[in-house]
Amino acid sequence: MDFDFSEEQRMLADSLGKLITDRYGFESRKAYVKQPEGWSRDIWAAYAEMGILGLPFAEADGGFGGGAVETMIVAEALGGALGLEPWFATVVLGGGFLRHGADATMREALVPQVAEGSLLLAFAHTEPQARFDLHHVETSATRQGDAWVLQGRKGVVLHGDVAGKLFVTARTAGGSRDESGIGVFLVDAGAAGLTRRGYATSDGLRAAEITFNGVLAEAVLGDPADGLKLARRVVDDAIAALAAEAVGAMDASLKLTLEYLRTRKQFGRAIGSFQSLQHRAADMMVALEQARSMAMYAAMMTDEPDARERARAMHAVKLQMGRFSKFVGQQAIQLHGGIGMTMEYAVGHYFKRLTVIDTQFGDAEHHLAALSEAGGLFVG
Amino acid sequence: MDLRFNDEERAFRQEVREFIAANLPNETRERMAAGRTPTKPMVVQWQRALNARGWAVPHWPVEHGGTGWSAIKRFILNEEMQQWPAPMPLAFNCAMVGPVVCAFGTEAQKKHFLPRMKNLDDWWCQGFSEPGAGSDLASLKCASRREGDHFVVNGQKTWTTLAQHADWIFVLVRSNPQAAKPQEGISFLLVDMATPGITVRPIITIDGAHEVNEVFFDDVKVPLDNLVGTENKGWDCAKFLLSNERTGQARVGASKERIRRLKRIATEAPGGATPMLQNPRFRDKLTEVEAQLKALEMTTLRVLANENKRLGEGKPDPASSVLKIRGTEIQQAISELFVEAAGPYGLVGADPEQDGWNEPELAPEWATLAQPVYFNWRKQSIYGGSNEIQRNIMAKAFLGL
Repeated sequence: MDFDFSEEQRMLADSLGKLITDRYGFESRKAYVKQPEGWSRDIWAAYAEMGILGLPFAEADGGFGGGAVETMIVAEALGGALGLEPWFATVVLGGGFLRHGADATMREALVPQVAEGSLLLAFAHTEPQARFDLHHVETSATRQGDAWVLQGRKGVVLHGDVAGKLFVTARTAGGSRDESGIGVFLVDAGAAGLTRRGYATSDGLRAAEITFNGVLAEAVLGDPADGLKLARRVVDDAIAALAAEAVGAMDASLKLTLEYLRTRKQFGRAIGSFQSLQHRAADMMVALEQARSMAMYAAMMTDEPDARERARAMHAVKLQMGRFSKFVGQQAIQLHGGIGMTMEYAVGHYFKRLTVIDTQFGDAEHHLAALSEAGGLFVG
Repeated sequence: MDLRFNDEERAFRQEVREFIAANLPNETRERMAAGRTPTKPMVVQWQRALNARGWAVPHWPVEHGGTGWSAIKRFILNEEMQQWPAPMPLAFNCAMVGPVVCAFGTEAQKKHFLPRMKNLDDWWCQGFSEPGAGSDLASLKCASRREGDHFVVNGQKTWTTLAQHADWIFVLVRSNPQAAKPQEGISFLLVDMATPGITVRPIITIDGAHEVNEVFFDDVKVPLDNLVGTENKGWDCAKFLLSNERTGQARVGASKERIRRLKRIATEAPGGATPMLQNPRFRDKLTEVEAQLKALEMTTLRVLANENKRLGEGKPDPASSVLKIRGTEIQQAISELFVEAAGPYGLVGADPEQDGWNEPELAPEWATLAQPVYFNWRKQSIYGGSNEIQRNIMAKAFLGL
C-alpha cells in the first residue's frame, strides 16, 4: 500500500496547477462564463496541448496511458479552479465509453480528435421520469435494416449543447424499468431529427435538453440489449472523478474560509480567534480530510473487476461526498457571513458547484438507499 | 499510488489470522464477541502469547523489542486482533508508558521495566487526570518534593482506568510549584502501587462497571531512580505520550467487528413487521455508519502511510485529530444502533461486573449489554483529549487560527 504520487504524477499536478494559477483565477473565470459557449476555447486548447484531454486513453489509441490516479489529479485541480470547460463530459463520460465500450475502429477514429481538442462528447441518459435511475429508460431504439433509429427525449445532458457526438442510452427491448434491453448508441449531434436546447446550470456550467425524433444512430456499443453494464461502468468512473473534483472545491472553500477568519475583524479582533468559529473550521477540515480519503478510495476502486463490489464502493463514495460537500459548502458560506452570499465572491460559487456535484449521478440519499439495498459495505 | 494491500501484506494478514486461531482461547473470543470486556487473566494470557511471538510491541524501537514493521503491517495486526475479536496489548504498558521509557528513560529503567511491560509482568495504569485538572492537564496539583533519596508524593489522581489491577502507575506530579509556567514544574514518575500511602477507591460509571478509580497519595515515598527524563520536564514526556495515543483511537477493526455482529443480530432481531435489518430507517442508519467507517479506514491508512515521512519532518499529521474525533463518534453511533436493535429488551441491563446469569437468560446477552455499552462509550469523546480539545488543537496547529 502506497499513497505517494509518482514523479510523473507530481509533474502533472504541478503543471496543471501552474496553468490554473496563471490563467484561471476567479476573475478570469468570470470572463470565461460570459463567452458564447459559457467557457473558454483558449483554455481548452491549452488543456489539449498539455495532454490533459488525451490523458486517460491508451497510447495505442492516441492517448497518454493515464489511469484513475491521473484522472483524480486533474479532477481535483479543476474542482479547485471551478473549471467551466467540458472536460468531465468529454474526457470522463464520453472518454469512458470510448475506453470501456468502443471497438478499435471507433477508438481509432475518435480518440485522436478528443485528445487534440477538436471533438467534444456528452452522455445523454437522464429522462424526466427517471430521476437517478440509469436503467429507467423510455427513449427507444428501433432496428431498421442495419441501422438503429432513436425516438425520445434526454434531459440535463452535461455540455450536450456543444458536444459533437453523444453517447445515448435507449431501450431496445423490455419495460421502461428493466435492467436488460438497454443499448448505448453513438449519435452525431448534427444528425437529422435531433434538436437541442442549451442552458446554464445552477453552478454556471452548461447542459442541454435533447429531443430525438427518428434519429439515425451512428453505431451501437456492444450488445444493444445489454448496454447497462457499460453505462454503469462509465458512471462509476464518473463518480470517482466527481469525488476528486469535490475535494478540489472543498479544499478551496476551506482555504478561502480560513483566510477570511484570519483577516476579518469584529469586536476588535480576528473572528478566527473565536472558539465557536474555530470548531466549525475544524469540523470542515474533518470533512475535507475524509473526503480526500474517499476520493482516493474511489480512484482505487474504479479498477475493481467485480462490478458489484465496485458499485458498493461508489455508492459509499457518492453518499459520503454528498454529506461532506453539503457540510463544507454550507459552513463556508456561514463563516463568511454576508460576503459569502454575493455573486461577486468566489465562495458561493464553490458552494453551488458542490451542490450540483451532489445532484449528479445520484445524490447522497439515492446512494444511501442503493448501498443499503446492496447489503452495505462490510459483509460476511 | 497504489492503495491495495500488496502480496506481502496479504500474506502477513494470513499469518496473523493463523497465529490468533492457534493461540487465543475460545473463552476469550466468545466473551469479547458477546460485547464484554476481557478479564485480567485473559488480557495477560494473550499479551504473553503475543510477546512470545515477538508481536506485543511492534512500534517500539527495535533495540527494545519492536519489529521494525511498516505502519501498514502494524495496522493489519491491530485490525485482525480487533476483528477476531482478541484483546489488544495493554495500552498503558505498550502504547503509553513503554514508548516514554524507551525515549526518555535511563538505561537501568529500560533494562528493568521494558521487558516486564512487554510481557505484562507488571500491569500499569495512568496517573494524569485530577479532580481539578482534566482538559487543562497542566494545572495538576498532585505534588512531589525531594526528601533524601526519595520523592514524597501527596495528592490525588482520578479516572484511573483499571487501577484495581495495576502493579505500577506512571504519574505526572507538580515538582516545582514556583515554575514560571505551569508546564515547567511537572515531573514524570514511576510508582509501585504497593508503596505504603496509596489508596485506590473505585468509581462506578453509569453502566455499573468498575473500570475507573480514584488514587490517593499520602506521603508516598518514590525512589529518585524512578524519575523519567529530566526533573521538571515531565510535560515533554506527557506530550510525547498523548501524541502517540491518537491513531489507536480510530479502532477501525473493532468497529468493523461490531458492525458485522450487529448485522448478524439484526437479521433476526424483531423490527416490527420484519426483522430489524429490513427496517429501512434502521438499515439506512447502519449503512451510513458503514460508509463513514470506510472514510475513517482510508484516513487512518493515509496517516499511517505518511508516518515515516512525518517523523522525519517532526510534524504531526493534520489528519491525526480527525481520527480521534471520527473514530470515537463512529463507535458511539454503533453503540446507539445496538440499543435501537435491542428495543424493549435493552432495558434488561446486564451487570458488567457479573459473568452471565446463573438463572435462565431473561433476554439475549447482546441485548442486555446494548445499553450498558452505550452508556459506557459516552466516555470515548471525553477521554484522550476530549473531542472539543481535538478541535482546539486542529485550529491552532493546522488551521492557523
